[in-house]
Amino acid sequence: MGATKQIFFIAAWLLWTALQFSVMMYYGISARESWMDASITSTMLVFAGYVMITIVKYFRSSAKNAVAVLVTALALAALTDGVLYSILKVLPSSTDYQLWLDKTLLIRFIFIWLMIVIEGINGWLFFYIKEHQQNEMREKETEKLMREAELSGLRQQFQPHFIFNSLNSISALAGTNPNLARKMIEQLSDFLRGTVKKESNLLVPLKEEFNHLELYLDIEKVRFGHRLITEVKADDAAMEMKLPSLLLQPVLENAIKFGLYDTIGEVVITVEAKVDQNYLVVEIKNPFDPASAVPKKGTGFGLNSIQRRLSLLFYRNDLLTTQQNENTFTTTIKIPQR
Amino acid sequence: MKIVIIDDEPLARGIVKEYLAGFSQAQVAAECGDGFEGVKAIAQHQPDLIFLDIQMPKINGFEMLELIDNPPSVIFTTAFDEYAMKAFEAHAIDYLLKPFSKERFDKAVNKWLGQKHVQLPEKLSEDAASPESQNRVVVKKGQNIVVLPVQRIHYFEAFDDYVKIYTTEGFYLKKKTMSFFEKRLDASQFVRVHRSYLMNLQELTRIEPMEKDNHIALLKSGARIPLSQTGYTKLKSVLGI
Repeated sequence: MGATKQIFFIAAWLLWTALQFSVMMYYGISARESWMDASITSTMLVFAGYVMITIVKYFRSSAKNAVAVLVTALALAALTDGVLYSILKVLPSSTDYQLWLDKTLLIRFIFIWLMIVIEGINGWLFFYIKEHQQNEMREKETEKLMREAELSGLRQQFQPHFIFNSLNSISALAGTNPNLARKMIEQLSDFLRGTVKKESNLLVPLKEEFNHLELYLDIEKVRFGHRLITEVKADDAAMEMKLPSLLLQPVLENAIKFGLYDTIGEVVITVEAKVDQNYLVVEIKNPFDPASAVPKKGTGFGLNSIQRRLSLLFYRNDLLTTQQNENTFTTTIKIPQR
Repeated sequence: MKIVIIDDEPLARGIVKEYLAGFSQAQVAAECGDGFEGVKAIAQHQPDLIFLDIQMPKINGFEMLELIDNPPSVIFTTAFDEYAMKAFEAHAIDYLLKPFSKERFDKAVNKWLGQKHVQLPEKLSEDAASPESQNRVVVKKGQNIVVLPVQRIHYFEAFDDYVKIYTTEGFYLKKKTMSFFEKRLDASQFVRVHRSYLMNLQELTRIEPMEKDNHIALLKSGARIPLSQTGYTKLKSVLGI
C-alpha cells in the first residue's frame, strides 16, 4: 500500500468515526458506547473498502463489470454488517444501546453498502485511469520508435547509381589524371562520411548542410563535366538557420536527375536560401521539358520521401511545394525555426 | 572495326576509349553524349559495335535501340539497373557493370570478336522494360526523334509491320507489334479492344452499338474504333460495368 493510500484510509476512518460519534451523541447514546460503536464501524468500513478496492483491481472497465461490482459490494456489505452486528452485540452495553443497535441494523447495512460502492467506484476509476495512462504511454513509445525508424529510412536514400558512377569516373581519372582521381576519392569519402554519421532528426545550421551539398555537387560536376552548372547562394542570416540534416542533398539529386535526363545541353541548377519571418526558405530550380515530362499528381518527381520526412519532423504537410513554370521546375522547402 | 561509344558522362566514354587502345583493329568512329546523337552517329558511321549506357538524357539506351532498324552489336555499360539486368542475362552480347576492370572489358570485346555480327535479338528491347518505358513512347518522325508521354496517345492501330500511334498532332509510325505495346503499357489505361486496336481509356467518350452484336468506341478526338466481341467484354470489365 502506497503512502497516499494509507493517508486516505486514515482520513476516511477519522472522518467516519467523528461523524458517527456526533450523530449517536445527538440521539442520546452515551459517549462510551458512541465511541465504541463509531470506531469499530469505521474500522470495519475501512477494511471492507480495502477488500473492495482489491477486488475491483481485477475487474476490467466495462458495463457488465459495473453490475458485477455493485453485486460484490452488496454481498460484502451484508457480510460486514453481520460481523459488525455480532461484535457490537457481545460487547458489554446498556439495554438502550442494544435496542438502538437492533433498530439501526438495516440503515447501517444501507450506509455500509453505499460506502463500499463509493470505495469500489473510486478504486475502479483509479485503476481505469492508470491503465489508460499506461496504454497511452505505450502507444506514444511505439509511435516514437516507428517515427524514428521511418525517419532513418527516409533520410539519405542516395542512389547506388551515384556511387557506382562516381567510382567509374575515379577509375577513368586514375589513368589520365591521378591527382584529380585522388581528389575525387577524398571528396567521395567526405561525402559518404557525412551521410553516415548524422542522426535522423538532428537539426544543423544551413552552412553545414551547404558544405555537404558542395561535396556532392563537386562530384557530380566531375561526372557530368561542363553540362552541369550550379549556383548556390544564401543570405548571411539564412546560413545560421537550422534545418534537418541531409535534407537538401536528395532534393538536389532529384533536380539534377530531372535537369540532366530531361534536357540536352547545359543545365543550370540554382539553390537559393533566405529568411522569411520565422522560416528558412530554400528554393531549388531545375530546367525541364514540358513536352516530354510526364505530369504527375501531387509533388511527384521523387520528392515524396522528403515530404514525408518533413511531416514526421514538423507535423505539417505544407512545407514542401513544387511549381512548374514554362521550362523551370521549382521546389520550395520551408523550415520552421524555433 | 568501327565503334561508337554512347554515354552521357565524358569520363565514362574516356575509359572505354582508353581500354579500346589495346585493340589495334578498333577504331572509335564517334562519341555521343545522348541517344539522339547516338541514332545519328549510327546512321552515319554504320558501326560494327556500340558501347551503350542505359540511363541517358531524354531517351534511355533501350529506347535508342528501338529507333534503329538494324542495330549493330551492343555491349551495355551501366552502373546499376535492376530492370535491365534480366534482359541482359538472357539476350545481350555482354554487359559491363561500372566500374569495370580492363580484364573484364577485354573479355567482353573478345567474346564479341568470337561471335562477330551476332544481331541483337529483337526480344531484348521488348523485355527491357525500364520504368520510363511505361510512361512514354519514343518515335521517329523524319529526322526528328519525339518523346511521347503516354497521356498524349489516343490509340494504337496495327499497320502491316508497323503500329500507327495516334495523337492530337497526327500519327507516328513505329516498327513494333501490337502486343509489344500492350505488354509494356499500364493495362488499366490501355485496353486491347480489337486485334488491331489498343485504346487509351482516358480518351473514351461513348460506346455505341452497331448492326448485329457489334459495338464501336467513340473517342474525344472524334475517332471511331471498332470493338471485337472479346474486346468489348474486356473494356466493360476494366470500366467496371
